[in-house]
Amino acid sequence: MNDRYELNKNLAQMLKGGVIMDVTNPDQARIAEKAGACAVMALERIPADIRAAGGVSRMSDPKMIKEIQIAVSIPVMAKVRIGHFAEAQILQAVEIDYIDESEVLSPADDKYHIDKMKFSVPFVCGAKDLGEALRRIAEGASMIRTKGEPGTGDIVQAVRHMRMISQQIRRLQNQREDELFHAAKELQVPYELVKYVHDYGKLPVVNFAAGGIATPADAALMMQLGAEGVFVGSGIFKSGDPGRRAEAIVKAVTNFNNAKLLASLSEDLGDAMVGINEQEIALLMAERGK
Amino acid sequence: MSRRSLCSWQNGANKMIGVLALQGGFIEHIHALDRLGTAAFEIRKKADLDNKSIDGLILPGGESTVIGKLLRDLDLFGPLQKLIHHGTPAFGTCAGLILLAKAIANDPNEYLSAMDITAQRNAFGRQLGSFHTSGHFAGLGKIPMTFIRAPFIAAANDSVEILSEINGHAVAAKQGHILVTAFHPELTEDLSVHRFFLENC
Repeated sequence: MNDRYELNKNLAQMLKGGVIMDVTNPDQARIAEKAGACAVMALERIPADIRAAGGVSRMSDPKMIKEIQIAVSIPVMAKVRIGHFAEAQILQAVEIDYIDESEVLSPADDKYHIDKMKFSVPFVCGAKDLGEALRRIAEGASMIRTKGEPGTGDIVQAVRHMRMISQQIRRLQNQREDELFHAAKELQVPYELVKYVHDYGKLPVVNFAAGGIATPADAALMMQLGAEGVFVGSGIFKSGDPGRRAEAIVKAVTNFNNAKLLASLSEDLGDAMVGINEQEIALLMAERGK
Repeated sequence: MSRRSLCSWQNGANKMIGVLALQGGFIEHIHALDRLGTAAFEIRKKADLDNKSIDGLILPGGESTVIGKLLRDLDLFGPLQKLIHHGTPAFGTCAGLILLAKAIANDPNEYLSAMDITAQRNAFGRQLGSFHTSGHFAGLGKIPMTFIRAPFIAAANDSVEILSEINGHAVAAKQGHILVTAFHPELTEDLSVHRFFLENC
């Protein structure tokens, strides 16, 4: 592993305990920063609107990304389609702080993810289970997030992914060393990464929760399940009072074990995003890119 | 209140360090202290400071805008400022440096205002400007240094001792009981800066 990869993992470490918010313009970015976002994700449409609009969804206009970079002092992230390394080259050229190779956009490649080791900028990728997480890390991802169904306001999938990853980590920890070779084969990942998880009981990179987080209670739930921070997409700017809700979610992530504080944070937040239940969705974005 | 007898200065074994745990890389500091045999506790809310004797305070890296805001929202601002003002040793890394500075060159915000330095935020640029190097630190020799979207010290009062410079920019300094580094000693295996803090602040 080179210096650059270490530095990129280090940036994710500094984002821990924070909330990364989806924003679509400089005004929203400023609201997010003021509310305590530790980074913003610049995208043209938030996932709920991507889902509603349908059609092919692509990397955002670099001009919009640059305007957001000027508007705020916190790290700015942006999404590229799975496998679209040319979009990633463009985002690296505008000096993005983190690239999300994301299932929220339409996949550009139905087989191969981006060879992220070729890049200097860091990548975060989604994962539903330990195999996906470790495959993305092997490709060079320096941060992982759950692949909770974006734009739904339904937390059930993020919970499922976080529990699955944690269970699989615990299972590996309990295995004999001579069983790890077979585990690597089953997970379809390099042995060295399996050995790391066995030895340390965690992923070698930071792991955030993403997808369906709409309330302070959702954020606290994910943190208690082991997330090291959260992404909030549609949940903030699809709600009645974005600034207030954003602030409440930030405080909930810091004090995720403090039920009394969570109770007061949950008061009077206005309408949460309406959301869609998992069973009502035609398009499962989490099934993109394994 | 925190100035203990000389023998407890020799090592950090008897000390209790509070680590601000609102956001960012606080667990890395707790691990570094643990390896030095020093006890630490997390500060997430005002009540965490109740009935605790605190021999030192660490302000970790993260986003200064986030930590600074949460300090105020969670009623920690006054109590921490008071502790530092009354002589509790404080050590700030990266965002922690910004929180302790009396002025920030490129940001209208002001936080704990405890040290006579002017911090420059994101002074080495965005993530592509983050770097790892080794540099001279006064009294410690050459040590590894990791800079992540780091600040530097753009200006300092005469009473501030500059401990390290990289490319002509001050990246570590001490003023009385306050120590700051623009880099992250907690992200490397090297424990010498933490030991320096426990012994000299």
